[in-house]
Amino acid sequence: MEMFATHIEEVVAVLLFGVGFTTLLLHRNLIKKIIGLNIMDTAIYLMFTSVGYVEGRTAPIMENGITDASHYINPIPSGLVLTGIVVSVSVTALMLALTVRLYRRYHTLNIDRITLLMKGEDD
Amino acid sequence: MPLIRNFPFFCIMLSMICGISSAMLPGKIARKVTVVLAAVVAALNTALLVHLMQAGESYHYLMGHFPAPWGNEIRIGPLEALLCVLFSIVLMFSALGGMYRLKRQVDPKKENTVCVMLDLVLAGTLSMLYTNDLFTGYVFIEIMTLASCALIMCRQNGRTMVSAMRYMIMSLLGSGMTLMAIMLTYTLTGHLLIENIREAVTALYVSGQYRAPLTVTIGLFFVGLGIKSALFPFHTWLADAYGYSTPAASATLSSIVSKAYILLLMKIFVRMIGMDVVRGLHLNDLLFVFGIIAMIMGSLSAMHSHDLRRMVAYSSVAQIGYIYAGMGMGIEAGLVAAVYHIMIHSAAKSSLFISSSELADVSSGSKRFSDLRGAGKRSPLAGVCFTISAMSLVGVPVLGGFISKLVFSEAAFQYGGIHMWVMLLALALSTLLNVLYLMKTVITLYRPARDGMEYTVEKPDTAGVCAMVGFVVLNVLLGVLSQPILTVIRTGLQLFA
Repeated sequence: MEMFATHIEEVVAVLLFGVGFTTLLLHRNLIKKIIGLNIMDTAIYLMFTSVGYVEGRTAPIMENGITDASHYINPIPSGLVLTGIVVSVSVTALMLALTVRLYRRYHTLNIDRITLLMKGEDD
Repeated sequence: MPLIRNFPFFCIMLSMICGISSAMLPGKIARKVTVVLAAVVAALNTALLVHLMQAGESYHYLMGHFPAPWGNEIRIGPLEALLCVLFSIVLMFSALGGMYRLKRQVDPKKENTVCVMLDLVLAGTLSMLYTNDLFTGYVFIEIMTLASCALIMCRQNGRTMVSAMRYMIMSLLGSGMTLMAIMLTYTLTGHLLIENIREAVTALYVSGQYRAPLTVTIGLFFVGLGIKSALFPFHTWLADAYGYSTPAASATLSSIVSKAYILLLMKIFVRMIGMDVVRGLHLNDLLFVFGIIAMIMGSLSAMHSHDLRRMVAYSSVAQIGYIYAGMGMGIEAGLVAAVYHIMIHSAAKSSLFISSSELADVSSGSKRFSDLRGAGKRSPLAGVCFTISAMSLVGVPVLGGFISKLVFSEAAFQYGGIHMWVMLLALALSTLLNVLYLMKTVITLYRPARDGMEYTVEKPDTAGVCAMVGFVVLNVLLGVLSQPILTVIRTGLQLFA
């Protein structure tokens, strides 16, 4: 139990990952699926940042001429999170654009209804 | 450093630049750019392959000026070069073969978008094959996902939009799991470059620490990339995505995109974690079991489909099963068989897609088997192309599929035990099913057409003819030249691990 208290960020991140993953997989509503996708990605970034943060150290930008590496945190996890955010923004944009297209054509956001309507059309 | 060693970097940059500039070019020129780009990439990689085979080595190439534990780098060996040659040739023929139909199926203003996406798929494939950095691998996974989604929906009707949505959802679940696995790997080892991770993982495994997180990480990589490469229980998006998009798109998706994910997984298993560790944790059995089930279930689904394109799509599931089963044996012979099967399937499946759309065209656009009767006579070249590729997948001697089945059985004998029996039985059963559905189709193509049906047969376009002749030659060559190719794969894998 002690581990849970000291690693609260990781525990929360894994829970959020699960919430996002199941929403993206199981929810019928396309907009909520996209929300799920963002929760899932954000959970991973939370985990990355919490792993990369060391208490008492600062961001790796040189201040007051301190060159000692132990004064700063490792910049790589933060860099990865930034890259990851860019990726998930573009993916979200594409998903939203697709959703708009589908809504204009079928006037619903429910993926099951859309599939049914699609099967009614001829090829 | 000799100039030739810069070729991989040139290839990636060239595909990116062509992709971006195609967005501003008119469709007609953009199509030519794509074909020329693929040809240039194939030529450069052939030169590189010859150079590397003569030297018998692989090398690292720094992307930037920071050395090993910090910087980003790519790594090139004979295996990567060989696969890049094949993939770029397949992409070239797919683009050529799909061009004529592109004019009819895609809004003329958006024709260049398709070319942009094809160029980006090439860039993504090259980078995924070459990269030595796990996170770069992830970024290119996402670029490939976006490009392939756009490829599916470039033919804008209800079905392609829905299947693009389904493809996106499944793909994003896969990439989410892969990103989680990359995060866990970084947390466990503190590295992103593959060799550094290998050292750390081996040390962890020997010391017995963090056994559970390590297992979970490998499992996440497997499921994540398994979803993206359409491994059996995760293949639900596949039939619609391949079945309704333009022929160029489905040929590229089935033969290049899904293979790039498998090769990334292979890189992770063989080079990053090490097959010893995977075998030690018994995770290779997971691949083996999923692969065997996919071999049978994919063929069964293919038998039940009434539509030519969907049948060809489902047959991919079975062939991907072969590849996973080969990898799952975890020995070198199994990996050789898996890589060779990747090449065979890539060539055969893209030619099946291109020729089947040509066959549907001469049958009033219908893809139903009842309307396809006699299509092989109405379009002889497409008929021959379809027959040769189908025969290759079934495993008729001299063609590639036969050699690949032979290599698979040899690997099974080498492995021995229960795996051998399961693999041999699955191979026999799957071959039988392949014969049933593929040869049945070939026979349908040459049966007399139904009475009273009038078909308009247009003269095939030059690009399509070039593509289909090219595919026939490629499929035959892969079988005839199997021994040299297998030698390159073996050398490549020894340098790879």
